[in-house]
Formats: sequence, structure tokens, C-alpha cells
Amino acid sequence: MADEVKLYGFRGSPYGCRVEIALNLKGIEYEFIQEDLSDKSADLIKYNPVHKKIPVLMHNGKPISESLVVVEYIDDVWKGVPILPRDAHEKARARFWAKFIDDKCIPAVFKALGSHGQEQAVAEAQEQLQFLENELKGNKFFGGDNINLVDISATYLAYWLGGAEEAIGIKVLTKDKFPKLTEWCENFVNCQTVKDTLIPREILVAFYKKRFGKA
Amino acid sequence: MHQLSSPSAFRKRKKTYHLLLFSMTQKCEMKLLGATGSVFVTRVKFVLKLKSIEYEYIEEDLCNKSELLLTSNPVLQRVPVLFHANEQPIAESLAIIEYLDEIQPDVHPLLPSDPSDRAECRVLAYIFDTLMKEFMLTQDKERREELKKRVIEGFGMLEQVFMKLSKGKAFFGGDDIGYLDVVVGCFLGWFKFYEIVFDFKVIEESRNPRLAQWGKRMWSHEVARSVIPSQEIHMNFLNMLRGLPK
Repeated sequence: MADEVKLYGFRGSPYGCRVEIALNLKGIEYEFIQEDLSDKSADLIKYNPVHKKIPVLMHNGKPISESLVVVEYIDDVWKGVPILPRDAHEKARARFWAKFIDDKCIPAVFKALGSHGQEQAVAEAQEQLQFLENELKGNKFFGGDNINLVDISATYLAYWLGGAEEAIGIKVLTKDKFPKLTEWCENFVNCQTVKDTLIPREILVAFYKKRFGKA
Repeated sequence: MHQLSSPSAFRKRKKTYHLLLFSMTQKCEMKLLGATGSVFVTRVKFVLKLKSIEYEYIEEDLCNKSELLLTSNPVLQRVPVLFHANEQPIAESLAIIEYLDEIQPDVHPLLPSDPSDRAECRVLAYIFDTLMKEFMLTQDKERREELKKRVIEGFGMLEQVFMKLSKGKAFFGGDDIGYLDVVVGCFLGWFKFYEIVFDFKVIEESRNPRLAQWGKRMWSHEVARSVIPSQEIHMNFLNMLRGLPK
């Protein structure tokens, strides 16, 4: 029986993007269902009753939510290109970094953006980004030669952050402080599996200009 | 704020950490750095005991963080941290639990084998942890009242999840303790704290009859009793935690 895979998402969401990258890495065909976030569908509310948020992956009728849980699920079910390291220890380390990105790094970056570049907020965000800069250790990706769970978790930083910075007119992820991370951003967005999931930059910047009151 | 993130400070601390680790690994392969009273540490102790894994426990003073903690988990500077042989340390309780489940899959397996059941466990653990941490740490009374409603709603759903996953048996894991029993069960001590300090019953017999019975079974489980600390320890720990700078 052929797999039925549907993704409830919103074009332009970095969280939905994480899932799409994972699906692309495994070469899975899926149907994308665009949700209107101001008027959520009955399906979305049924399949993610707790948070009512996208993305939600439907696999043969079973819903799975929370982007990083979905990415792990995709790796569990479909063989092919590995997303998590196969070694148990390396896997635990990858999960740790993914959690750090979600729990600490991205919230600190949001705060810096939301404050329109207030000095203290930017300094705190940069302190978190420095951990990632150190973790790259001269590799092309957090996963080494290929992207893995950690790279996918940091999708927002690779593309959305730049769009927001341009819209507001500030710089958090600077090239001089974060040379490796800057290069990582470039390498990541140029991966074929990632490129296809990204919305055009001008649309992203326009969205952020409106969001941050700069339009 | 620690200057751990500058490259030279990072290198210096990494060297200190390696020296400390070398002296430790001579005696025992598995070591756990923790703080008694932390549910996240209790979870790991619980799993180590269920899987009959021997380990050395090192107590951390969170008011006066040690060189070992700062070098082994410079990023988040929190416990639990697991050291296994010469490998780099692992932090975050849920990552540690999955690691232990993977290296010792035949002794008391915790996560279900079906991928969608595993995903369900992970989502619930993530949602549960996020909510509980926020409830615990918020100093804003109004926000806490809002969160109380979300906790009640969440536990209403958890009651349904329990019915589904336990299939009429004693635990989320079925006949014996599984992943969600550990994840949620270790919080039972903190729930007592919420009752006393916030006048809030997380699990109430009338709202959550099955979870209330499950809670009693957890408290009387031999392994749970041996790892979940006393009420007094929880009270002291949580009062300390709420007093720490964020």
C-alpha cells in the first residue's frame, strides 16, 4: 500500500520548513495543505488539539505534531539519508543541540529582534549564537559533511533571521563575530533539499517589515 | 554572566574539564551529576535503576556551580549531566533517557517500538515539560492563574492519553513503568509542593480519576520509592530554585 503523507503547514513558516527539509532528504512525496492561520481548519484543530499549530504531518491517517518530533518520526520510519546520527551517543548530543536551539538560542534571537536591536538583548542573543559558532568546529554543517537534525533545527537562523535583520535594519549574526556560522547559513540555504522549501527573500523581508512596523 | 562563550575561555575550561573527567573515569564507567530534588535528575536516576545500570552519583550545588558542571555543560549550566566512559557528556533529561534506552534496550525498555507511538510519547513529554517548567518558574501571579487553567486542561487530555496507552493496565507503559510514567511520575513530588505553596492540586480525583490511581501506584512502586526524594527535600530544592536568578 502506498504511503499517504500530508503536511499541514504555512508557506513561510520556518517550523514547517524543518519538516519539508526532512521529507525532501528522504525523497518522500507528500501533499502540502496550506493553512490559513487566522482561520484554522477543522482538520488542523482535530489533529493538533493541544497547540492547534502547524506543522502537522499526517501519515496514513495518523497525525504527528511538533516540528522536531516530526523530523525524528520521519527519520524513524523512512530509511535512506540519515537525519539523526546512528550512534546513540552522537544522537543524544544532536538532540541536546536541537533543544538548545529551540529553548535558548531562537528565543534570545527573537528578543533581540523584537527589541529592534537593543544592546543588551543583542549581546545575549550573540552569547547563545557563540555556542553554535564553537560547535561547528570547522565543519561545513553541524552534521559534518551533510546536514542533520541540528542543522534542520537551526533553519530559522539560516534564512529567516537574515530577512528579519534586513527588515529592521540591525545585525545580530554578524560576519566578523560569527564567520563559521555565516558560512554555514550560506551552505545550508544552498542545499537542494532546503532551497526548494524557502519563500523568496523579498516576500520574507516585506513580511518582517510589516511585522516589526517598518513598512 | 559567565564569559564561557568567548573562544579562549571556552578552551581553558575544556582543558579543566578533561583533567577532571580523566580522574573520574578510572573508577566507574557511568557517572551522573545531579541535584537531589530536581525532577529531571530523578528521572535519570529512575531509568538507571530500572535498567540496573551501575553509576556514581555526584551532587551539585546549584547555588555555587562547580567547575565540573560549568565545563561539562557550559551551554545550559544545568543538571542532570551524564558521563559515560570517555565520551563527551550528555545533558537534558529526555536526551539522556533515550540514550540509556538505546544502549540498554533489552533491560526494561521504555519507549514503545512503534514510531508513531514513540512520536506521541515525545510530543507529550515536550508539552508537559514546557508547561510544568513555566508554571514552576513564573513569579507573576496573574500568569500563574492562567497557567493553572492550562495545566488542568492538559491533565484532562493526559487522562485520555493514559486510558489509550495503558489499555486498562496499571501504567502508561502497560504492565510496567514506561517512558511517560518516568517523565510524568517524577513530577509527583513537585505536585505536592504546588498543593502546599500555590494551593493547587494538579491531579484531582474528581477531575482525573485514573491518573489519581496511577499516582498512588507510582508512589508505591519499589523503584519509584527508592529514587523520588522526600517532601522536605523537594520543598527546599524548589524554594532554592525559585530564588535563583534567571
